[in-house]
Amino acid sequence: MKFAKIAAALGLAGLAVSGIAHAQSALVKVDGSSTVYPITEAVAEDFQKEKKNAIKVTVGISGTGGGFKKFCRGETDVSNASRPILKKEMDACKELGIAYYELPIAYDALTVIVNPQNNFIKNMTVAELKAIWEPAAQGKITNWNQVNPAYPDVPLKLYGPGADSGTFDYFTEAVVGKAKSSRGDYTASEDDNVLVQGVSRDKGGLGYFGYAYYIENQKKLKAVSIDNGKGGVLPSPETVENGSYAPLSRPIFIYVNAKSLEKPEVKEFVEFYLKNAPKLVKEVKYVALPGKVYEANRERLAKKKAGTVFGGTEAVGMKIEELIKREAQL
Amino acid sequence: MSDTAVVAARLQEIRRIIARHKRWDLLFALLGLCALMLGVLTFVSLFAQMVVEGGPRLSVDFFTNFPSRRPEQAGILSAWVGSTLVMIVTALAAVPLGVAAGVYLEEYAPKNLMTDIIEINVTNLAGVPSIVYGLLALGIFVYQFGFGQSILSAGLTLALLILPVVIVATREAIRAIPIYVREGAYGCGATQWQVVRDHILPYSSAGILTGVIIGMARAIGETAPIITIGALTFIAFLPPAPFTGEPMAGPFDWVFAPFTVMPIQMFNWTSRPEEAFHQNAAAAGFVLVLMTLTMNALAIWIRYRLRKNIKW
Repeated sequence: MKFAKIAAALGLAGLAVSGIAHAQSALVKVDGSSTVYPITEAVAEDFQKEKKNAIKVTVGISGTGGGFKKFCRGETDVSNASRPILKKEMDACKELGIAYYELPIAYDALTVIVNPQNNFIKNMTVAELKAIWEPAAQGKITNWNQVNPAYPDVPLKLYGPGADSGTFDYFTEAVVGKAKSSRGDYTASEDDNVLVQGVSRDKGGLGYFGYAYYIENQKKLKAVSIDNGKGGVLPSPETVENGSYAPLSRPIFIYVNAKSLEKPEVKEFVEFYLKNAPKLVKEVKYVALPGKVYEANRERLAKKKAGTVFGGTEAVGMKIEELIKREAQL
Repeated sequence: MSDTAVVAARLQEIRRIIARHKRWDLLFALLGLCALMLGVLTFVSLFAQMVVEGGPRLSVDFFTNFPSRRPEQAGILSAWVGSTLVMIVTALAAVPLGVAAGVYLEEYAPKNLMTDIIEINVTNLAGVPSIVYGLLALGIFVYQFGFGQSILSAGLTLALLILPVVIVATREAIRAIPIYVREGAYGCGATQWQVVRDHILPYSSAGILTGVIIGMARAIGETAPIITIGALTFIAFLPPAPFTGEPMAGPFDWVFAPFTVMPIQMFNWTSRPEEAFHQNAAAAGFVLVLMTLTMNALAIWIRYRLRKNIKW
């Protein structure tokens, strides 16, 4: 009996000691947005291959908001974010003295899509989108001919991401004018494939989601060109890069904990990220930023310029040029 | 003359009644069969769809590759290893605790209000949504005890989840032991512990094991509590095996390793835009169903083997 007790105590002690020992091995922890996930996954995959697994990287998905919660408690080294850090998240980080570097790594184009059999829609203005999606439209705008008398009598069926998504925040801010302000009577799903299925089966369907989902399902869907006062523009890498696809292109980011960056494994990972981002971003169907943005990112890391340039608000319709200008202000 | 006519009429009436009751009998049997088929056919069609969609992806590489951005190279190595290790921790924690609690409640506990309250709570715990266990574990295991987002936290969480199942199964198994076995042993002067050790536990082990494995089969498919405590999505390395690597890993280092499990890997693949990832998800689903079915088959086999050895 005594022996068993001693053995149990020793076992527990061993468990604790080995746990501490384990925490010291080189590990980079990333968490956050599901939109940024495919890029970080690709980087992590190649990084570990190049380092022959001497440095380990883990990537979780808990949403931009969930990611920042962990990040500001100091639990992760890098946070994936599909929008800039918000005021309350900045405060949470500040409270625990967590400084961070904000690195834009790609552009995403929110794509408005309709059923391929829909032959009357090619182009939509932001005002038309607002008329469809604003809260006042709830229960009232239910037919295409209400959006524009020129459209035929076809029931309007809406599909969009759920309210926890960063995509939802951005679209409502860009189209309706206020984040999270949307009608509620549409088919909402956090899984974009559900939206793809919905619109592809519904002749009067309309939905929105990230560009990558449109590219993979081009046969089942039709993208709508967006008219922001200068004629219709379809989403594509070119129109995002030259800033004409507005206001639905948005920058996406990684945030790096400044203290973690002092660890060699995190530093190497972030450097690898910036170096390989242009190639990998394209491979996973996002729009790469111009080389000088990655260059500017590296410079800011070298000069230790921490913080955000957005002051806790969304970056709606921000062109790449403007983003560069802002980032230079730090 | 009229007597035989009456008897014949009576006979006919009785036959009619019997026929009517038999019709009801048949009707109920058909209804029951339909109810059964509804479940079975749903499962079979879902399973068939997974096999058709994911079948071509099943190869040795699929089991030995880590997740990847390229669907044709992506595999479930970290997921199935993670699931297996979490299940080991779950079993190691839930079996001793659950069996001890069940034996205590059945053999030792005095029949009073306190015991009644405990009994009711144990039964109710089985109905608590799994996400609640996840939140509890996030507070206690991950932060309070500092186990972090590790295999240990996940295993203990799922152990809590199946504990009520194990306790109830243990009690049912013990109750099935005839009272004369107990009385005979006491009559020979055995202590309570001797009775438990030499009679109760051996005779009830078949039922207990069945309950444990059915509980584990439920736990292996759980996603919500595991996500809550922070399982990862991309992880391209395995937990350190004991006494390997540089610096050498201790015998218990693996329990503190970050991890992912099968349902999370599946969920991530189904939400990807590329069609090829959906095939991976179907293939992973197929493997997960096989894992569950294997555990259930194991339960049946163990029960059969152990029952054969019992001689009352």
